[in-house]
Amino acid sequence: MKYNSVFDIIGPVMVGPSSSHTAGAARIGLAARNLFGKQPKWAKIHLYGSFAKTYQGHGTDFALAGGLLGFPTEDTRMSKALEIAKDEELHIEFIEDSAKTDHPNTVRLIIGDDEDSLEIVGISIGGGKVEITELNGFALRLSGNHPAILIMHNDRFGAIASVTKILAKHEINIGHMEVNRKDVGKEALMVIETDQNVEDDILLELKEADHIIQIAKIVS
Amino acid sequence: MFRTVQELVEIAEKENLLISEVMIRQEMDVKNKIREEVFAEMERNLQVMEKAVEDSLKGVQSVTGLTGGDAVKIQTYMRENTPLSGHLMLDAVSKAMGTNEVNAAMGVICATPTAGSAGVVPGTLFAVKEQLHPTREQMIRYLFTAGAFGLVVANNAFISGAAGGCQAEVGSAGAMASAAIVEMAGGTPQQSAEAFAMTLKNMLGLVCDPVAGLVEVPCVKRNAGGSALAVVSADLALAGVTSRIPCDEVIGAMYRIGRQMPSSLRETGEGGLADTPTGRFLKEKIFGTTV
Repeated sequence: MKYNSVFDIIGPVMVGPSSSHTAGAARIGLAARNLFGKQPKWAKIHLYGSFAKTYQGHGTDFALAGGLLGFPTEDTRMSKALEIAKDEELHIEFIEDSAKTDHPNTVRLIIGDDEDSLEIVGISIGGGKVEITELNGFALRLSGNHPAILIMHNDRFGAIASVTKILAKHEINIGHMEVNRKDVGKEALMVIETDQNVEDDILLELKEADHIIQIAKIVS
Repeated sequence: MFRTVQELVEIAEKENLLISEVMIRQEMDVKNKIREEVFAEMERNLQVMEKAVEDSLKGVQSVTGLTGGDAVKIQTYMRENTPLSGHLMLDAVSKAMGTNEVNAAMGVICATPTAGSAGVVPGTLFAVKEQLHPTREQMIRYLFTAGAFGLVVANNAFISGAAGGCQAEVGSAGAMASAAIVEMAGGTPQQSAEAFAMTLKNMLGLVCDPVAGLVEVPCVKRNAGGSALAVVSADLALAGVTSRIPCDEVIGAMYRIGRQMPSSLRETGEGGLADTPTGRFLKEKIFGTTV
């Protein structure tokens, strides 16, 4: 089920005016920042559907900026996030994209700094709840109901086993897992939703495992 | 886990529990938390709601100037007159509108289930409180009961205007509030379901047509309508009136209606009130562009 907690319905505590267009947008921005692992220096943000039509009125623009700056939904600096981003030299460009998308509240963020970049697509499904549907060209479905780790790796035999072995050793149970690759032997992505939170020392251990390129964690 | 209102009511009846208690136990189970933690989290939400109503009664104004100040006007009117719709009713309406005015002014609110509809559940709670004198625990339970019904709607239909129109937002919020009022007033779980169904039935087809795409016009006043209807339906259910169409089927109807709604009436700011001469004029005045 999409919604499994009463606090998905009674909540979040947030700065107005819209749970899907403001709080949800802030959460997608924050997820992008967390996956990037640091504050980006630039962001190109494509808005689709209702997001594209009403983003100024709903504060979707400052909320996405607030998320990229690491603000939680209830942060009262939210409505000033565009100015704060400017002060912190985070350059953001908004693009009203007329392409058709499956969900009316869809946003694509391409963020980066001098060394790295990352591209994610998020949807805001209502009441502040969001899903990440694409990461660096890989389709995925992250509900945000559970803690999750995303692992970019090289498509080689043993890569998956080396990860699951470490998780088993730490008694972490996998609730859902997806593996996606661009082509045989190329870059691939593991998405693992776990029942327990994965502590940072375990992440470090995973990073050292065979064929692993990059790891990010999302806490539900 | 309950998936439908029928399942929710059945669990409550079979185990002789309040709807709120079914929700609390499920939350503890899903999140692997103890009762105190779950209560503390809801208490925090309740405090945010109280603060928002308090702030609104000091008078707030949105950046655009389109909304704000109506909650104060209504409270003043109530002090100086005998309101035709009754004190409790108008108190609920003013507190619902006040919460939404704070939301429009980019203040801090608790989404219930969304920000645009955030006034209805707290507005009715704080008005009904004056008459029923609930304990703090009962006030927190009010939110769990509302949340239990909201979960069913979210999982079987939608709670966002972009997906299903205003019926999914203020419609759901009003229906959730009806169910919670019934429990607080001592009604049965089935009566909560009847109240929920009767409110949602009256909200079916309501479109999301925000002027200039802002969560202001008509959102603030729709929170007034949603909270008034919530009180009426709760009374109907407590009087023993039942919905001829079962609650889950009303939710199903809401879903199908939302699927048939054109996108111009689902939070794009293109149709309905947004597309009136005044709606277009306001948009141009605020953003300097025409529709």
